[in-house]
Amino acid sequence: MSLVRAETRRLFRRRLTSVLLIGVVLVLAAIAAGTFVSNEKAIPAQVAAAKQQAARQYQEAAAAAEVEKLRCLAAAPGSAEAANFPANCADLYTPRPSEFEYVWYLPETFELRDEFPEMISLFALLMAAAAYLIGATFVGAEWHSGAMMNLLLWRPQRLVVLGTKLGVFLGWLAGVTVLLGAAWAGAFRLIAEFRGDTGRMTSGVWQSFGLMGLRSLGLVLAVGAIGFALASLGRHTGMALGALIGLTAVQIGVYVLAGFSGLKFPEAYLVPLWGYVWLYKREVLEDWSCDGMTAGGDCAAETFTMTWQMAGVGSAVVLAVVVGAAMWAMRVRDVN
Amino acid sequence: MTPVLEISGLRKTYRSRKGARNALDGFDMVVEAGQVHGFLGPNGSGKTTTLRTLLGLIRPDGGRMALLGREVPWHLPEVAGRVGAIVESPQFFGRFTAETTLSLLADAGGVDRARVPAVLDLVGLRDRAKEKVKTYSLGMKQRLAVASALLKEPTLLILDEPANGLDPGGIREMRTLMRDLSASGMTVLLSSHILAEIQLICDSVTIISAGRRITAGSVAEVLAQHTSGAVRVRLEPDTDQEEAARILREAGAQVTVETAGQLTVRDVTGPAQITRLLAQREIYLCELTPIAADLEDVFLELTGTTPVEGHHRQVDENALAVGQNGWGR
Repeated sequence: MSLVRAETRRLFRRRLTSVLLIGVVLVLAAIAAGTFVSNEKAIPAQVAAAKQQAARQYQEAAAAAEVEKLRCLAAAPGSAEAANFPANCADLYTPRPSEFEYVWYLPETFELRDEFPEMISLFALLMAAAAYLIGATFVGAEWHSGAMMNLLLWRPQRLVVLGTKLGVFLGWLAGVTVLLGAAWAGAFRLIAEFRGDTGRMTSGVWQSFGLMGLRSLGLVLAVGAIGFALASLGRHTGMALGALIGLTAVQIGVYVLAGFSGLKFPEAYLVPLWGYVWLYKREVLEDWSCDGMTAGGDCAAETFTMTWQMAGVGSAVVLAVVVGAAMWAMRVRDVN
Repeated sequence: MTPVLEISGLRKTYRSRKGARNALDGFDMVVEAGQVHGFLGPNGSGKTTTLRTLLGLIRPDGGRMALLGREVPWHLPEVAGRVGAIVESPQFFGRFTAETTLSLLADAGGVDRARVPAVLDLVGLRDRAKEKVKTYSLGMKQRLAVASALLKEPTLLILDEPANGLDPGGIREMRTLMRDLSASGMTVLLSSHILAEIQLICDSVTIISAGRRITAGSVAEVLAQHTSGAVRVRLEPDTDQEEAARILREAGAQVTVETAGQLTVRDVTGPAQITRLLAQREIYLCELTPIAADLEDVFLELTGTTPVEGHHRQVDENALAVGQNGWGR
């Protein structure tokens, strides 16, 4: 327990931890404030006006379509004018009232049900970036400054020391993410209440938000652990940052090579997409190379559905390899 | 006496693209309880590798080590709480204060934080305890390193170059501290290049070169083994120096003519023989001084690192190194 206490104190006393955490809180607060300011709750008069405007727009569109139809009917077959219209004038586009939703004519309003998932993913992205940096510097600076060697003189149990550091970091990160996540959800619930719409919020929707939040927590913890493990492997914070650049280069290379070699769905090899799929549960990838045609001769896209389970397994393998390598290196490499 | 530190046949080979280098080549060392033991060796001889291996930072390739009667590295966690150590240059996280640094180590090692002010006071950092370590000079960091080693109230204290960066006053304070610690029953293993300090402080020494022990024992024994028995002879003014040298050489002595009126004489049965031989030829002395070897002489002789004019010695050049140390396939 003494090592846990020491590592917790060490993490809290690190200036970068505070700076990054404050930075994340400020960015989140700015986003919430911006959303609050740029949205407003629709009052009944605005709704009535919007409905009127929608009806007016529909009528204008319907009138324009009627004029077009008359021009089509009037055009002599074979004339230059007739070439602008389909053979059957009944095929001309005819607007329908359902295509003119009144909500389009309302002032910008925050729809909790539709827009909060994007806010969850934004929160996850910001927290994951901070987790990567804090995790990397927490152990990287220790190695680089020699403080890790000093610590090992006091606790010559390498795996216990690194494991405790990682455990303390992830525990702290989980606590911070849950607290900030709760505040984030509360803030947008209030924004929806005062500057938007909380309609259609069933218990199932809340459950879906909760599960997406849990997956976000998993993403943040995994990214933090990878940053920590990479910095420990390289015994320097720079290793984790360099690995990010390397990963970007490799990803671009893989994507380009996959395209050249005719491999279908090259996006499936892009790690950021795994994160996206993990959060949004599924993504349908399409291949428009048109190897197969429909009976009518149209191009039919082949599809591949990536699920959050696939993304989860792939990410878990990467996580296990990187953290495992860091532990193995900690166990066998000399400390010079 | 009970040994608190035993090393036998310790081996460590560093491998790189350039080949393999034996940093430790069957090294042996014993440190008895309650002693201040000096650990000497030229640069690159294996001192720091030995200490790092002993403290579990480097994995040995062979040999046996024991600290406080327990085999290490297997039982190192059991004895680590009783072994205080600093290895090479002091290294701390620069953004923490000295007080925070030590209190974090105290927490990690299960030591009462209340000891922190006491050890900071002991090494003279009490008034600078709340300053960040990155603002410290090398000497101050060295003091902090010693404080961190003392924090555990260790039975065995291992200090690698503790006088690095210290001012003359600091060196003297460190010397006094070592003596006080030893007097309190603590065993101290001291690695240093300041041989005069070692000679003053230490009860016993081990000298390492090219990864092997080349001598060990009490300081007096080591000096006695390597004292040449030479004497410095100063003659009366206007005495024929060459004549005196000839007389002594005829009696079997090795004589070196030094500055005017001064000779260095070896291989004589005793100073009395010199006075007798010269007095018989009416040559009289005004000074006869035994030349005692000091630790530096012994060190340079044993390690083969005596500077030679016009030759730039390389770090792997020493008495045992030829064909055995350095990089090789």
